[in-house]
Amino acid sequence: MHIVVPVKLVPDLVEELVIDPSGTTLDPDTLRLQLNEFDGHAIEQAILLKERGGGQVTVMAPDVEGVDDVLYTAAAKGADRLIKLCGNFGQSVNNHAMACAVANLIKPLQPDLVLTGVQSHSDLDGSMGPLLAAYLGFPYVGYIAGVTLSDGRAVVRKEYPGGLVAEMEVVLPAVLGIQAADQPPRYVAFTRIRQAMKTASIEEQTVEGLDVSGGPTVSRMYKPEAAARATMIEGKPDEVASRLVELFRELGVL
Amino acid sequence: MSQDIYVIIEHLRGQIADISYVLCAAARQMAAASGGNVVGLLLGHNVKDLAQDVAVDRVLAVDDPLLANFVPDVYQQVLANLISASAPRAVLFGDTSIGAELAGALSVQLGLPLVSYCRNVRADDGRLTYVSQLCGGKVMVEGELPAPTALVAMVPGGYQAEQGKSTQPPPVETVAPPALAAGRITLKQYIEPESGDVDISKEAILVSVGRGIQNADNIELVRELAEAIGGVVSASRPVVDQGWLPTTRLVGKSGKRVKPRLYLALGISGAPEHAEAITDSQTIIAVNTDASAPIFDIARYGTTLDLLDLVPVLTEKVRQAKQ
Amino acid sequence: MPERIDFWGIPHTWGPPEVYAYGIMGLASLVLLFRLYQAVSLWWRLGRSEKRWDQLHIRVWRLIKYAIVQVRVLSQRYPGVMHIALAWAFFVFLWGTILATIHSHFITFLRGNTYLIYKLVLDLFTLVFLVGAVMAAYRRYIQRPRRLTLAPRFTYSLVLIVVIVVGGLAVTSTRLAVERPEWAWWTPFAWLVGQLWLSTGASDQALLNWHLGLWAFHLLSAATLFVTLPMSTMLHVVTGPLNVFFSKLDRPMGQLAPQPQTSAGEPLFVTSLRDLTWKQLLDSEACTECGRCQDACPAFAAGTPLSPKELMVDIRTALRRDGRTLLKNGNGSDKVPALVGEVVKDAILWSCTTCGACVRECPVFIEHVDTMVDMRRQLVNEGRMDSMLQEALANLGRYGNSFGQSERVRARWAQTLETPIKDARKESVEYLWFVGDYASYSTTLTDITRKTAEVFQKLGLDFGILYDGERNAGNDVRRVGEEGLYDMLVHRNAAVLSRCSFKAIITTDPHSYNTLKNEYPREVLDGRPVLHYTELLDQMLASGALKFTHRLGYTVTYSDPCYLGRYNGVYDAPRRLILATGCQLIEMPRCGDRAACCGAGGGRIWMEEQAVQERPSEARIREAVKLDNVQTLVVTCPKDVTMYRDAVKTTGYENRMAVKELIELIHAALC
Repeated sequence: MHIVVPVKLVPDLVEELVIDPSGTTLDPDTLRLQLNEFDGHAIEQAILLKERGGGQVTVMAPDVEGVDDVLYTAAAKGADRLIKLCGNFGQSVNNHAMACAVANLIKPLQPDLVLTGVQSHSDLDGSMGPLLAAYLGFPYVGYIAGVTLSDGRAVVRKEYPGGLVAEMEVVLPAVLGIQAADQPPRYVAFTRIRQAMKTASIEEQTVEGLDVSGGPTVSRMYKPEAAARATMIEGKPDEVASRLVELFRELGVL
Repeated sequence: MSQDIYVIIEHLRGQIADISYVLCAAARQMAAASGGNVVGLLLGHNVKDLAQDVAVDRVLAVDDPLLANFVPDVYQQVLANLISASAPRAVLFGDTSIGAELAGALSVQLGLPLVSYCRNVRADDGRLTYVSQLCGGKVMVEGELPAPTALVAMVPGGYQAEQGKSTQPPPVETVAPPALAAGRITLKQYIEPESGDVDISKEAILVSVGRGIQNADNIELVRELAEAIGGVVSASRPVVDQGWLPTTRLVGKSGKRVKPRLYLALGISGAPEHAEAITDSQTIIAVNTDASAPIFDIARYGTTLDLLDLVPVLTEKVRQAKQ
Repeated sequence: MPERIDFWGIPHTWGPPEVYAYGIMGLASLVLLFRLYQAVSLWWRLGRSEKRWDQLHIRVWRLIKYAIVQVRVLSQRYPGVMHIALAWAFFVFLWGTILATIHSHFITFLRGNTYLIYKLVLDLFTLVFLVGAVMAAYRRYIQRPRRLTLAPRFTYSLVLIVVIVVGGLAVTSTRLAVERPEWAWWTPFAWLVGQLWLSTGASDQALLNWHLGLWAFHLLSAATLFVTLPMSTMLHVVTGPLNVFFSKLDRPMGQLAPQPQTSAGEPLFVTSLRDLTWKQLLDSEACTECGRCQDACPAFAAGTPLSPKELMVDIRTALRRDGRTLLKNGNGSDKVPALVGEVVKDAILWSCTTCGACVRECPVFIEHVDTMVDMRRQLVNEGRMDSMLQEALANLGRYGNSFGQSERVRARWAQTLETPIKDARKESVEYLWFVGDYASYSTTLTDITRKTAEVFQKLGLDFGILYDGERNAGNDVRRVGEEGLYDMLVHRNAAVLSRCSFKAIITTDPHSYNTLKNEYPREVLDGRPVLHYTELLDQMLASGALKFTHRLGYTVTYSDPCYLGRYNGVYDAPRRLILATGCQLIEMPRCGDRAACCGAGGGRIWMEEQAVQERPSEARIREAVKLDNVQTLVVTCPKDVTMYRDAVKTTGYENRMAVKELIELIHAALC
């Protein structure tokens, strides 16, 4: 079982986002990237599958700031092979271009399974999973919380709104969009990451000719106007509770 | 090539999804600018009469037993045929667990550009512009909607579902499906959410908890409050992920959209997936220690008290008030 | 003239009694030594090496003070007196036997007055022993304090030593009854018992026979003590003093041992007993199960699964059960329960607040916290922790603070100050104020942080802060067991500090204070002091540089933060400051080095709250409100402010007790 997990880094929303003077991208100097949360779940799911049934896990990510940490962290969790996609991965590179490039790298690896995060908050042209699956010619199922493998097939739990879950069977090789791993991503101790830095190596693969035509062009980027803020009720719990009870009355719910 | 706007009417187990009305609302606005019609695409089995209240000019229904349930690759085959045959100006999908994966796959298969996280579509001088929200709603981007055909995956928030409803049932044209073959994905079964539980989308008062609840034991405090006030407990994703409440109580993406008269958000920060699902609430009151939490942008009233301090007192006061 | 007669009244019918006495005791001693060797070799060979041989003079001094005089044992009255009575009686009996042996084989000196005094002392200590034994029995079986275990092994030991001593008394008293010497009153107690024998009207011969029987019984019971000592609770008479002798001298209480390394230089994680040092294993063997640690433990009081005593007992049980197997298996696969997770459950390890109260109480110097942290390191290495702690550590790794906020807004609290604070990275300052996470980010604390700055400014201190260059100092990261992250934080802070020019570091957070002072690499400080702000202000008070303009007149109590008091001995400075602000100070029952923990330390503040009966912070508030007239609880730690302000609310004492950081009093009395 060979599982490939292509991941991407996205803006860290803890930091104040600053729009670049060009008005179409984020200011690269203040921008800080971190692993897309759902990709973290995808890595975890891959490792869990490997721990359960054996196999090999390859994690690949584009060469942006912080990528080494992400890859070594994956190695510390149990990833066997780390691939860094080298090329010019500015903010203008969209998911279509990425998915196409990644698909070309993945094909020769002949994976049984490709896991990606179901989405990221920066997917202006759609999430990676379905695009990648289409370029690879693999089937894709997304919004998955729960994967079991057996006999060339994956049985997945796809989440629908309202708590309904569809259990689907997918013929491998396939791409799965992970919403939540079977267990929340584990903590990786710093010592482990440091050890991984010593023992694991990152392969570099050059990517050229990124075609961004699958997504829209951005003519303006801006911050949404602050919505009308809530009327704040100040005071001690006792006072606030009394005011809330009044409000409940006014709203007719009491 | 046409100026029509196609809308994928999403439905699940005999019910039109709310997002479909949002798409119709957007599509009508677009069609008015492009000069085309709004065409609803309805895939399924025995679904001809499902689309009674969608505000579209006509419905193209594709009926086949293989389409009875959503199976990504089978649905994709059908849509690919329909879209490539008529080349509409735009195809609107819900940015959901159904629409998002169809849109992506079709974008590559048909070589059509895709705009995701789209919240609004604007028409300026006959030109269509998308407005998408990125970075969890912290950044908006806009640009020209790619021509001639664009695929658009829409998030709720930009339009009221009501705007996409109509009292006039649209004409339904049944289209023969292409020769369908079961693909590499098969639905094995549905796993129902815990039965016998309440339907939070129909409740008038929701007392909803998020990360701020800290541990499972504190859920009891909230339950008491909900009981006192006559509502039920719902939750945001972290609480359900921890297993502290069942998925049936989840508000937000892969949970439910709710429209209560009162939504009491306790310790919920208000991430976009959650915020979007509660916009139809009549009144939102938020309790969160972080004064900068986005929940206060959509709440009518708020307080920065710790919910653990407030809730027991509030429960007591509500009980007194009821006597 | 009275003189000690060897083997008085023991017939030579079957040969000289020496043969039996020495034969039996010699044999018993051989068994004792062999079994002791077995016990010692278990922990000595199984445990990793650790150097505890240096500074012999201090070790000997500690041995005298804590193992013989038993200062710590005596610090609690009832159990102290009880144990001293038993222990010293046995010391005296031991010396009595040694002197008797010398007398019979080397120098005949037990005669005349010397002999009488010898007899008197032994007799009196028999009485002392019996008082101790009655106290022990009353305590364990009638009082039954929770900290003591009711188990046959304790009964066995108590009964055995009582049998030995009473047996000795019976031998002596029957002899007196037969001999009825003039000096009988020199052994008043035995003589009184002798009167009992006489009152039975038994003939001298009958008494002689009894004497013989009792003598034999006494001999055998003493032999039994020898033979069973290594497997009984009496083993502590060997391991206790050993543990005191080998107690920690190489580092202050506030400094944890660095993570151990394998011979290959890789970090070593404690997964099995053999990953502990011989001293850590000895700790478990030294535990007398007196339960003082458990009584002092805030986690135990709260109802968490942790009892420091049971922790030691669990390790000891595993050591005795699995030790041999582990020794035999070498480094091969272990077929024994894992130390971390099975012998000691995860929940137990995560319950510890590292407050150090157990370490402070232990009469035999067991180092619970160090071992606990060693095992936590393994849990962290395997990612076995709750989701809140995981998030906190991830945040600390990414942003340098547990709040998950950007380091760029670390000094946001300072923006609203009238006078800006120097950036110590750009300007030279006298005092570099290391602010800490909670004081920087917690919205409930930033007001206090600003007041601190205002006090410093009012006093004209030349000070600065590191702004966004500061990272969490790492004290609790280290105590959580995330040594790699700790190293990273130290590295980051050290890099910033090395570029700053300052004369001293001041801290407002005792946790940062502890690690900066005791654990940061020496070159970072380069001899410059680390001060808690109370120490600095106390110095200024003494020099007259700090003078208050108002007298506040409150009646307050003060709760010593663990990492300021117990860990670093700063008890007086905050108290002098409190008094100088014109407040009256009333102490809580648990104060100074016995101050109770708020429950936040050791990373507990980052973890999910466990199911508890009573939160440590609430227990502390209840302790404070019991004091007459006290309306204010003064603390000198940001985490204390958070915890206790929370606790006054949850206990419903919000209107009864205010929680104030000392700097607030100082601010009010100064400005």
